[in-house]
Amino acid sequence: MSEDNRKVVIELQDVRRDFQVGSEVVHALRGISFKIYEGEFVTIMGTSGSGKSTLLNQLGCLDTPTKGEYYLDGVAVRTMSKSQRAKLRNRKIGFVFQSYNLLAKTTAVDNVALPLMYNTKYNARQRREAAINALKAVGLADRLEHKSNQMSGGQMQRVAIARALVNDPAVILADEATGNLDTRTSYEMLVLFQKLHAEGRTIIFVTHNPEIAQYSSRNIMLRDGKIREDTVNTNIKSAQAALDALPVANDD
Amino acid sequence: MSFLNLIKVAITAIASNAFRSFLSMLGIIIGVAAVIIMMAIGQGSKESIRAEISKMGTNIITIRPGAERRGGVRLDPSAMRTLKMEDYESIVREKKYVTYVSPEVTASGQCIFGAKNTSTTMYGEGIEYLDIKQWTLEDGEYFTDNDIKKGSKVCVIGKTVVNELFDGADPVGKNIRFKSIPFKVIGVLKSKGENSWGMDQDNLLIAPFTTVMKRLNAQTHLSTISCSAITEELTDNAIDELTEIIRRNHKLADGVENDFRISSQAEMMDTMSSTMDTITVILVVAAAFSLLVAGIGIMNIMLVSVTERTKEIGLRMSVGARGIDISNQFLIESIMISLTGGVLGILLGWAGTLACEPLGLPTSIPAWSIFVSFAVCTVIGVGFGYFPAQKAASLDPIEAIRYE
Ligand SMILES: Nc1ncnc2c1ncn2[C@@H]1O[C@H](COP(=O)(O)OP(=O)(O)OP(=O)(O)O)[C@@H](O)[C@H]1O
Ligand SMILES: [Mg+2]
Repeated sequence: MSEDNRKVVIELQDVRRDFQVGSEVVHALRGISFKIYEGEFVTIMGTSGSGKSTLLNQLGCLDTPTKGEYYLDGVAVRTMSKSQRAKLRNRKIGFVFQSYNLLAKTTAVDNVALPLMYNTKYNARQRREAAINALKAVGLADRLEHKSNQMSGGQMQRVAIARALVNDPAVILADEATGNLDTRTSYEMLVLFQKLHAEGRTIIFVTHNPEIAQYSSRNIMLRDGKIREDTVNTNIKSAQAALDALPVANDD
Repeated sequence: MSFLNLIKVAITAIASNAFRSFLSMLGIIIGVAAVIIMMAIGQGSKESIRAEISKMGTNIITIRPGAERRGGVRLDPSAMRTLKMEDYESIVREKKYVTYVSPEVTASGQCIFGAKNTSTTMYGEGIEYLDIKQWTLEDGEYFTDNDIKKGSKVCVIGKTVVNELFDGADPVGKNIRFKSIPFKVIGVLKSKGENSWGMDQDNLLIAPFTTVMKRLNAQTHLSTISCSAITEELTDNAIDELTEIIRRNHKLADGVENDFRISSQAEMMDTMSSTMDTITVILVVAAAFSLLVAGIGIMNIMLVSVTERTKEIGLRMSVGARGIDISNQFLIESIMISLTGGVLGILLGWAGTLACEPLGLPTSIPAWSIFVSFAVCTVIGVGFGYFPAQKAASLDPIEAIRYE
């Protein structure tokens, strides 16, 4: 592997995360080390309770390690203050959640522009422009002014993905992003993620579904807070092909 | 987030819960309206009393007997006889800051004309009394120096007495009886109506003080000496001057208490104003308590709002909102609720003030009460919004975003 030529976006060095629950200590992460390079599409898998969400919270700078170091885009996160981490999330990270988490009664454009509201470098016009571009990238150019309650689950997740893209982040983090969607819509999301991957974006995708690993470029298996397997997928399947192979729904 | 965006977010949040926001504003609206109305009534009453008093002449000074001790017992002022004709004469001789002086004795009793009678008070006065009071005659004339010298049985009468006794006939030149003594009516005073304490100022007779002293009361002391200072500003100088003259006349040694009391209309005005101020303060404080309750209402709604929007807070944090952004968002929201309530309250208070006028309550909205209302509403918004805002800002983003 030509590791040295590629830019490291994320580097974990023996990251541990302990939770104090009453008198007991839960070791959710027990020494995780890896590097993720620019342009990788990494799936993180593991049984329930294996520490996937805890790891993703670390990567998303929502939490800090009990021990170990985390470098995001070359910046050490562990020693940062809360508001420094907020700024880092704002500039370098895009989140996609299982339950979309859109603002209620708010248009797609305004939802997508939300992260830019916390970046004073953008004025209203630039925010709108960036939001429209992101919505175009996820195929929602015709739904700009639709409110969140007027959209389907797939459309809402597309808006959420657009929101994750709008700040041009160093990495997109998705936790069970297809968990609430039916098979067909899940594949549509995968097509979208593969498209973003092809455009050179770095994506980390937490999932329960082992099939999804076939569509990513690398798969990390967690068990009991440790990495059990870390495999590079040299034979990436096309989500578009899988989608085309699905039986066509009658009501489409 | 920029201030403008914070305001937009707050408006959206308030509008999306319009009715609930209105209910939490209601406390502020009612509280502010109450404060405005109370202040307006307080200020209005004060102004009308001031106008009343200054109509009566703000430069009037009254000297009465008083503070006389005999063997350590303080006597009833009306029973005291310390004011003498000599005091009046000395004042007339020496006055520098005083324009007009009039000695005064009074007698109350029945006044009869033909078959009608009424009870009234006869004021025995000097020649300058009308000038002091700034009263004028409507008909006839005032008595002369000569009448005073002779102790003539003539009088000028007030409108109430005219109405009670004369039934439309012209009173000038008629003879009436006061306490069985015949008096010739030589003039009628112009009506002055009631004063602000509801006292009828037209139920009186004015006769030469010599007549009242000798023929009615058989007294040698005076009950009052009325004076007018040259101007209202010189009232204090006039009081000093009068005090000095009378103390010398009464041969009071240094350190001995005055055996008379001097009061001025201006002083009375101050007393009345400060009484009105006290009443106003009590009313306003009572109204202000409703603002405190309203503030607690806002805090309650904001706490509910923070809990309801936990997920939204978590999302905002995950896309880069700092604690301060979140706390500003909720703080601005509570300030907006409180200020909007304040504006509506001012309008309601203004309307309420207008509604008070037909009820006969004098009102006048002091401009500062509006500024104070704004300031208080801002303080309420910040004060009662602070805790909910802090609570929102201190949420853990991971837990908040998972909150259902
Ligand atoms: N805030 C916390 N306090 C205490 N323990 C926690 C906390 N968060 C996670 N844990 C514990 O850490 C372990 C890992 O949890 P995590 O949520 O990361 O699992 P997961 O792999 O995401 O599971 P799932 O697939 O069900 O989402 C679990 O044992 C969990 O109980
Ligand atoms: Mg999880």
